[in-house]
Order: sequence, then C-alpha cells, then structure tokens
Amino acid sequence: MATIVELPIETYAGPVDPDWCPGCGDFSVLKAVKMAAAKAAVAPKDLVVVSGIGCSSNLPGYVHAYGVHSLHGRAVAVATGIKLANTDLKVVITGGDGDGYGIGIGHFIHAMRRNLDLTYVVMDNQIYGLTTGQASPTTMKEMRTKSTPRGNVELPINPIALALVSGATYIARGFSGDPGQMADLIAAGIRHKGFALIDVFSPCVTYNMLNTYPWFKKRVYKLEDEAGYSPDNGKAALDKSFEWGDRIPIGLFYKDDQPTYEDSDPAYQRGALVRQPLPADPALFQSLVEELM
Amino acid sequence: MTEVTIGIGGAAGDGLDKTGDTLAKTAARLGLYVYAYNSYQSIIRGGHIWLRVRLGQEKVTSHGDHLHALIALNQDSIERHAPEVEPGGVILFNSDKLRCNIPLRETVLAAPLPIRELTKPFGAVQPVMQNTVALGALLFLAGLDFEMAAEVLADTFAHKGQGVVDQNVKLARTGYDYAQEHFVPLGCEWKFSRRRRPFVTGNEAFSLGAVAAGCKFYSAYPMTPASAILHWMAAHGERCGVVVKQCEDELAVVNMAIGAGFAGVRAMCGTSGGGFALMTEAIGQAGMIEAPVVIVEVQRGGPSTGIPTKTEQADLNQVYGASQGDFPRIIIAPRDTRDCFDSTVEAFNLAEKYQLPVILISDLLVSEHPETIEPEDLRASVPIDRGELVTSWNGENGRYKRYAFTPSGISPRALPGTANTLHVAATDEHDEEGILISDVFTNSAVRRKIAEKRMKKLALALSELPAPRLEGPAEADVTLIGWGSTWGVIHEALQPLAAAGIRANLLHFKYLLPFHSREASEILARCKRTICIELNATGQFARHLRAETGHTVSERILKYDGEPFEPREIVEQVRAILEGRPRSLDVTPAEAREIAYHYVRVHLNEDVRPGRIVKTNGNSAVEPLWLVEIVSRDSGEKHGELRVGVETGSTYSWQPIR
Repeated sequence: MATIVELPIETYAGPVDPDWCPGCGDFSVLKAVKMAAAKAAVAPKDLVVVSGIGCSSNLPGYVHAYGVHSLHGRAVAVATGIKLANTDLKVVITGGDGDGYGIGIGHFIHAMRRNLDLTYVVMDNQIYGLTTGQASPTTMKEMRTKSTPRGNVELPINPIALALVSGATYIARGFSGDPGQMADLIAAGIRHKGFALIDVFSPCVTYNMLNTYPWFKKRVYKLEDEAGYSPDNGKAALDKSFEWGDRIPIGLFYKDDQPTYEDSDPAYQRGALVRQPLPADPALFQSLVEELM
Repeated sequence: MTEVTIGIGGAAGDGLDKTGDTLAKTAARLGLYVYAYNSYQSIIRGGHIWLRVRLGQEKVTSHGDHLHALIALNQDSIERHAPEVEPGGVILFNSDKLRCNIPLRETVLAAPLPIRELTKPFGAVQPVMQNTVALGALLFLAGLDFEMAAEVLADTFAHKGQGVVDQNVKLARTGYDYAQEHFVPLGCEWKFSRRRRPFVTGNEAFSLGAVAAGCKFYSAYPMTPASAILHWMAAHGERCGVVVKQCEDELAVVNMAIGAGFAGVRAMCGTSGGGFALMTEAIGQAGMIEAPVVIVEVQRGGPSTGIPTKTEQADLNQVYGASQGDFPRIIIAPRDTRDCFDSTVEAFNLAEKYQLPVILISDLLVSEHPETIEPEDLRASVPIDRGELVTSWNGENGRYKRYAFTPSGISPRALPGTANTLHVAATDEHDEEGILISDVFTNSAVRRKIAEKRMKKLALALSELPAPRLEGPAEADVTLIGWGSTWGVIHEALQPLAAAGIRANLLHFKYLLPFHSREASEILARCKRTICIELNATGQFARHLRAETGHTVSERILKYDGEPFEPREIVEQVRAILEGRPRSLDVTPAEAREIAYHYVRVHLNEDVRPGRIVKTNGNSAVEPLWLVEIVSRDSGEKHGELRVGVETGSTYSWQPIR
C-alpha cells in the first residue's frame, strides 16, 4: 500500500467562518472532518462534501472542497449520484439527525444496503436546532421540547443498530468532546471501501439541555478500551449498540470488507462515467436500432 | 384498399401483444407504415385488452377510427367490437370456444376458425397457439406476405429453439391456408417497398435519444407508463455504458440524477405524474444550484393513482408549477415518436447549456404506442453541446466564481475534480461564488441580481427554440390548437374536415416553457376562430395560452375518459361547434353499455351481458334513463334490465325478470 502523506489541515480552510452558536458541537466535527481529510490525504479538488439542511448541514460551506448544500433529507441521494458519476472523487456526507434519521431515513437505509463507497458523518444532537428546538428522531423519551411540551412519547431511532442491520460496512460513533478520536474514525471511514457511518454526539448547547457535554462526558467510554471487544463481530456490535444509560460506547462498532456497489457494476470497468466519451458508438447504436426492425 | 386497421381483443394473458407485434413487424418489414395502440390494463391476467394495429401504404399518425378486421380471443371481444367492424370486414374467432351471435354490419364476414381440428396434427399445443393460427389467417385476409411473417416469427422465437420456430411457422401456415380456402380477402392493394423501418415506442425513442446524446446515468422508480424506459435502459445499459439505478423512491431518483449532473455526467430520470409530484422540491434545487438534469414525465390518467394504464394530458399545471419560488426550467412536449428522440437530444443540450432542469412531458399514448419511423430518424450522430465548461483555471483571471453574473446569465461551469474552481452548490440563496446569503447574511442587492441572473437564461433559450407555426392553409375558418401527443390525430383530422368543406389549420405547441408569447400572439390575432383540443378536463393548456398571450380560445374540445382522441371525434366536435349545435355530456348508448358491463362484472356474473339499449324519459322524473337489457351470453334470453341515468350515468336499479 502506498504511503499516505498527510496534508496540512489549513489546506481545507473554507472561505467563511461558521455561524453556529458558540460552544456548538459542530465546531469539533468541522475540525475533525478537515483533520480526517488531511489524514486520508484527499486533495481538496477531489473531495466533495454533501449536506442536507439544518445547522450542521451548513458545514460544506466552511470547507475548502467541492460541495453541494442540497435539500433537507436528500444529501445521501445527491451524494450517491455524484459518486456514481465520478468514482474518482471522495464523497463525504455531513448532516444532522433530523436530516438523516428523520426526513432522509429512506435514503440512509438504502445507501447502506447498497454498500456505496460513501462516508456519512451525522451530527446527532437529538434536537431540531435550526427550527429552534423541536423533538427529533433521536430525542430521548420523555424529553420536553417545543413540540413535546408534555414529554416525548416516541422511541428514539438507534442509528448504530439500524446501520448494522441495513448493511453498512463501517459503523462508528464519535463525540464532539474528543475531536481527535473523531478525526481518526472519519479518516478510517474515508479510507474504508464501502458505506461508512460515523454518528457523532454533537451537543446542541442552545436547545438540548438534557444531552449536554457533561451528560455525555459522564457516560461515554471507548470501545477500543473495552477488553475483548472486536469490531469484526456483528452480533457483539448489535449488543453494544443497545447500550444506553450510565455507560454509552463510542468508537468503532463494526467493520467488514465487502464489495461495493461500484465494484459490482460492470459499467465502471471502463473507469469513471464522467471520463467516458459522450457520442454513441455508431455500430453499437445501429445494432440497437436493428433490434426494433 | 391501401389502409387497414386490425383489432385484436382478449384478456390480459391471452398473449395478444406478441400476435400484434408479429403482425406489425411483418407489415413494417414489407415497407408498410404501422401505428398501433394498446388499451391495456395493469393486471397480470384477466380484464379486457384491445389492441389496434393500423397499416398504411402511406404514413399514418394515429390509430385512426376504422376497424376492418377483428381477431377475437374471447367472447367479450366479439360482443364489444364485432359491431364496430366495417362493411366488407372480417371477424376471426375460435369456433370451438366462441360464438359470433350478435348482429353485424352489412357484408361483415364472421370467419370461424376450428382451432382444435386445425391444430390436431400438432398434438397438444398451448392455448396461445390459437393466436398464431388466427394470425396466419389474417395474413392472408390482409394480403400480407407469408414468407415475411415466417421470418419475423423465426426472429421472435429464435431464443426458444428451432422446434418452437418451426411449430409457430407451421401453425401460422395452417391458418393462412385455411383462410385461403374458406374466406374472401379484404381487398388490400399493397405495393411492398420492403424498405425496413424500425417499429418504435416513444419510450424506446426516449431511451435511444438519451444514448445518442451521451447519457451515462438513468435513475427511476417503477411507475407505469414510464417503466419501459427503465426496462430498456436496464437491458442495454451495460452495452451502452449507462449506469441504471432503480431507487427507493422518486426523491432518490431525481436527487441522484441531479448529483450525477452536478458531477458532470449527462443524467436522466423518468416517472409519471405521481412520481413527478415527489420530485417536485428537487426540481427547484436543480434550478437553484444550476445543475443540468433531464426528467421525463409520462402522463397517465389522474388525479392521484387515477387510471394508471390510460392516457391523459392533465399534468401540465403540475410541471409548470412544480417547486416553490421562481427558477428557470424548460418544458418540452414531444409531438410524436420520432420527436421523442429529437427532443431528448435537444433536452440534454439545453440542460447543460443553460444549466437547468429540462422536463420532457410525454403521455401514455406517445410513450407506449409503437409506430414505424424512418431508420434515419434514429441516429448515432447528433449535435452535442455541453455549454460553457471550465476545464482548467490558473487563477490569472482572478478567483473562479461558479455563479458569476454574466450578461447572458450563464456562468461557466466547473466540475468536481478540477483544480482551482472549488465551490459549494447551495440550495440556500448565494452570491456569485456560492457563498450563502440566507438568514442573517441576507443581502437584498445580491439576491436581486442573482435571481435576475438565473431567470435571464430563459430569454436566451427562447431565442434558440423554434417558434410555433401554422400547419395547413394560412386562411382558415377555424384554427385547431394542440400540444404534445395530440399532433398526430389533429393533423389527421384536417383532411376529413376539408372534405366536409371546413377549412381548418393547426397550431401545435411543443415548447411549453419558455413560451413564444409574441409569435403565438401574432398568429392567434389572425385566426378567425380557435379551438383548443386537449386530453384533460379543465383545458390546462388553453389557460396557459391565455396567460401567455391574452388570447382566449373560442372553444375547447376536452376528453378525459382515458382513451386518446380519434380523428372522427375531433371532426364531429369541430363540426358541432361550427354549426352551433350544442355539445352534450350525456351518456351515449355505447357508454351505457360500458357502464352496464361494469355493473355485470361487479354485481352479476359472467353468464350475462348487456343487450338492447333504449332511452326512456323515466318514471322517476330525476333524469331520462337508458334501459339496458341484460341478456344471457348463450341464449340471448333476457334476464333483466338495468337503468342508467342519461345525465349522471348512475346505475339506478337492476330489475331481474322473475
């Protein structure tokens, strides 16, 4: 394997500064995404950061790379189109829990099922922040929000378990309190051939007064420090994914090397679609017309 | 006779599509022109299927309104269609199973085929083989060349082995010989040029157009009547270098295509009205981030799930209005099969040149019906214009601005992977560089100029699109107006109108947005009387025409029963309008019969059918009634009477004879 020469993190400095609330967990994620791109040595011109809508989905605008700031819930679909069009690009999707696990959950599940070579970083703050504090798909039960004044009655989505049963081949969880570990997890996700999910506890300091930095700091522990845990066992990973309470695991839950969607489509044997000549081969085209005669 | 229309009726699963295809391809290879239309249903087996194949020495542009020969594969088809067969025509049916026991028009020949006896030498044959015998008989009656049919059968069944080919050819020959011995031919006088023409559907033409234009990505979710594009692409994608993605929903379909377009490949997606509704938000996205994408919207009967296997032109409001806010889009309505190919090539060029979504609005009729077109209509060599693409940027001319404000509104596009042209394409409002100006950073001046920049592109696009032109005599008593797939049938109606002493011309629209308002207004100002003809209930195009030109059409001819127009309907309605006769929405006797068929299916049983139909003023005084006799299929004996409202179409009462 070729030696990867890390790039300086300044390479990815975006044109404008974030307008997130001071203390927002997303600052750490932005830093970790840039560090990860540097670690994985992806040239900015070959990096595409795709997001949906939400506070966290503003992230592509803060990175020096190509990007699409798409529609609410559609980032995974747009990213899929970009990747299938140009397999030479590294495509990183960034967004929030409402975007990915609420309005966009269909694309999320199907992208994992396809094992597309995409990296998806979800800034999970368990609340709708941009719209000023409504319950999100990962809001804990009984939590009071603007839309659940008597307490949330719905079970939260379990993204790690969902990813495990949906076919993702790289599943990890980060925490904004530890950008270094998060950067390592994202960098490994970018290098991983297949669909990588990095769910990140990225606290909303304005609208989520339950799942705060101190709340997480008291609870999180690293899977890599857990004796006997190995990320090659799906069933063990599923057990761990349900751990939620006094102890909450972060780190790499699961990794498996499987053929990607792109590997299995013969159209890519000729290389990236974007590099193929446009005009149809006349002899081939004539044979298509002959079929109709 | 230099034109003949053959109807094949049966149940879904009777295999009549193969029979029709063999017939059509035989005629096409002999050099005749063919136009076919299949009134099918989406169920796998059962239901009534009615395929019409029209053959002509000259080009035909609709399925017409004549019926010269009927191949009836079930009793239903005899009852429903045998009375339509014109004098001198013929009805072929399996006399082992079916009976032609209803009144026919003068000199119509009921031609029974003793299938069991005829197929005896072949041992046990599948029921579908009766079709092949009937086809053989028809080949003789319609004066077609048997050897050519044998060649088509050989090609069709080659993949099943020589045994199957031989059996089919022999069965067809048996039918042919039997007909020669027992029946009188229809009297067709063909001159076979043997110039082979492709027999193509609109969906195939869309697919071939996309391949010729260099489309590399096609995404779709199964939806009738657009699925055939997905099927064609899936079957041919590998050879053509097209990645075909069946998605989880139409949200994914269109967003993937937009992502692929952003990344620099020519991408297309297809759907029908319901799927298009799901794509709505993303169409605005393509307009906002200025990503090229081609969307094929194949209309079917709406609203909601509607009539999935029937045709309509009622999604026009939807494609005009899809997505919030003002943004540029181009809408093209291909007028026929050949035009589906040309329009697709054009759509890709427009999408990339102007960096916007292009919607090809088709319908079940143009997408699904096959017809012969000229071989050179489908060309590998087509113009490809990718618009202004930045392939390298050294920074000497300053910073690259993805949405640079230019006089034309077109900002040169750079693709991911290019150095020094990095940018984020945002659905939030943004400045020339793509930096957001939404929320707290809103800037009214920048917003105004970028909004103008985007919309400016349409003015330029309009200048390169051909303006509508009058077809037919410049001076006319009446101008017929249509859009999209109705071109063929309106075009064909001009001749019988002329024969009836009515000078009519045709103003047909293909480019619906941007709209040639000035040119259309100039033409309309010179028209004496205008009639807009559309397959929808509310006159959606007439309303659009008024918005764009201020011209209110004199009259509208609207149809929304799921079936395409036939030339005679248009002629009759135009005449009624010009003669000042009132046009009625009352239930016709034929419709009363169809309403009765539905009642029989739901509430009675297969042993009975509608019989004689008479009108009464009705005792109820609510409305006049059609009294529909319900008779035994076997004996013709009356079982009872169904009352159908002449005005409302309601089925009031079923009165069995005790």
